[in-house]
Amino acid sequence: MSAQPALMEETGDRAGRELNTQALRADARRESLRLLALLAPSLFLVFAIIIVPIGWLFWLSLFDEAGAFSAANYARFFEQASYIKTFVTTFKVAFIVTGACVLLGYPLAYMLSQLPRRAASICLIFVILPFWTSVLVRTYAWLVILQRKGLINSWLIDLGVINQPLSLANNLSGVVIGMTHILLPFLVLPLYASMKTIDTDCLRAGMNLGAGPAATFRQIFFPLSLPGLASGVVIVFVLCLGFFVTPALMGGGKVIMWAMRMEQTTSLYSNWGAGAALGVVLLVVTLALLGLFQWLLGARATGVWSSR
Amino acid sequence: MSEDFGLPISHRQRLWLYGLGGLVLLFLIAPSIIIVIMSFSDSTLLQFPPQQWSLRWYQAYFGSLEWRDATIVSVKVAVMTVLVATPLGTAAAYAINRGTLRFNGTINALLTASLIVPVILIGIGTFFLYARIGLNNTLTGLVIAHTVQALPLVVLTVLSGLRSYDMNQERVARSLGAGRVAAFWQVTMPQIRFSIVSGALFAFITSFDEVVVSLFISGGETTTLTRRMFNALRDQIDPTIAAISTCLIVLSVVLLSVAQIFGRRH
Repeated sequence: MSAQPALMEETGDRAGRELNTQALRADARRESLRLLALLAPSLFLVFAIIIVPIGWLFWLSLFDEAGAFSAANYARFFEQASYIKTFVTTFKVAFIVTGACVLLGYPLAYMLSQLPRRAASICLIFVILPFWTSVLVRTYAWLVILQRKGLINSWLIDLGVINQPLSLANNLSGVVIGMTHILLPFLVLPLYASMKTIDTDCLRAGMNLGAGPAATFRQIFFPLSLPGLASGVVIVFVLCLGFFVTPALMGGGKVIMWAMRMEQTTSLYSNWGAGAALGVVLLVVTLALLGLFQWLLGARATGVWSSR
Repeated sequence: MSEDFGLPISHRQRLWLYGLGGLVLLFLIAPSIIIVIMSFSDSTLLQFPPQQWSLRWYQAYFGSLEWRDATIVSVKVAVMTVLVATPLGTAAAYAINRGTLRFNGTINALLTASLIVPVILIGIGTFFLYARIGLNNTLTGLVIAHTVQALPLVVLTVLSGLRSYDMNQERVARSLGAGRVAAFWQVTMPQIRFSIVSGALFAFITSFDEVVVSLFISGGETTTLTRRMFNALRDQIDPTIAAISTCLIVLSVVLLSVAQIFGRRH
């Protein structure tokens, strides 16, 4: 008799606890739904404007108008010399621009990381301001500076260095200079951010153990800065592959890069299948490079945008 | 001794580094400065430094109906983009920050997709889609496309604000009887408002400076300023564009300064 109430109490307790977990679970579900509702408009827009059209382009590249499967749009890339030339040009420009960005960006980021905080933040303005200035404005500026009667040529002629104006714009060098200028901050910002996180105790320890400044840099600082450098290099390289404005305006019609080729194929020749195939391959290469980098370093390659 | 590191290397010993870095900084900033100075030149030849000063290119810009219309279109689209992207991005950042959703990583990747997908692909894809639903050459179409491009910046900026904010404050407000909306509006919002303003400014400038997508989906009466500039530059180098470029540079400087000031107060 005396055990009965205790037993009842226990079962009641268990039932209560179960009710409680059920209520909590329902609460969590409702909470998730609310959060999803907050995300829904953004996700819908991204889905409608990016995912659906790209899926559509993918479809266009694989199926002809009758709806039959054909790989003709992709086979073309290997058969037509003009496509091969476009790819070669694109990768050539991407390699040169990325190399130039490393050569210019590494010393700059290193200097920024060594300066006192106040001086560094003043210098950083010079990196961030161009970053936020329209690509079009900066391309125009380089057109003005590099053209036949432009700044560089008239100065060099006035100084007597050259007699004939150099052709700096409307060719590969114009494209490379313009693109390097535009993409340099994309390398400097992540590199600088990663250099700032290098533990100075490591450097001091190295110097205490007798390493000179050069050895400390070579054996400690440089290896520690490599992940930041790698993330900058990947971003710059990937952005190079899809670059449109600068090559279109500064290439003088002679430097045809991937994105320009896509624009010509779709707008000029209305060949949607071929243009779409170009886009699909560009996207695959881009994602593959970013994925490879993420896999190698486990780092977020998009970090640079949050530092803008 | 360097005051940051305390390493036994003086700034003087690093002069070569500062020299090199200074040259790169000059490379970065010089084009903007040169364009600003040239825009005040009286000559059509764009000499530098200008022989005579005048405001004729600014008069050409502000006096031209075509340029004025294009500027108005760009301003309208940028303002509407801010009005759409800021609340949507803030709501999304709030949801992501809770981190309780199962596909948080995927959602994050989706929302920042427009930073990774090559812009040309967004341009061509959007044009193709809009052609089917009649949104090409409309303000609505431009605002939608620019919103997608501005969203990641708003999300990332607001998210960084939320990360340094203690969400427990909102819980306290709610346990004291405030509703969800009231708790967000009165407790959370005032503390992350600087991030939201910065996000809005980034959205504005993203839309205003955007070229590639606008090139495909704008035209006729909805031609944006950047599209008109791009087309003008394909034909010739018109000094009017130096004046317009200067205005765009000034706009970037102003918006960035405001964002900077807000960022510091935050």
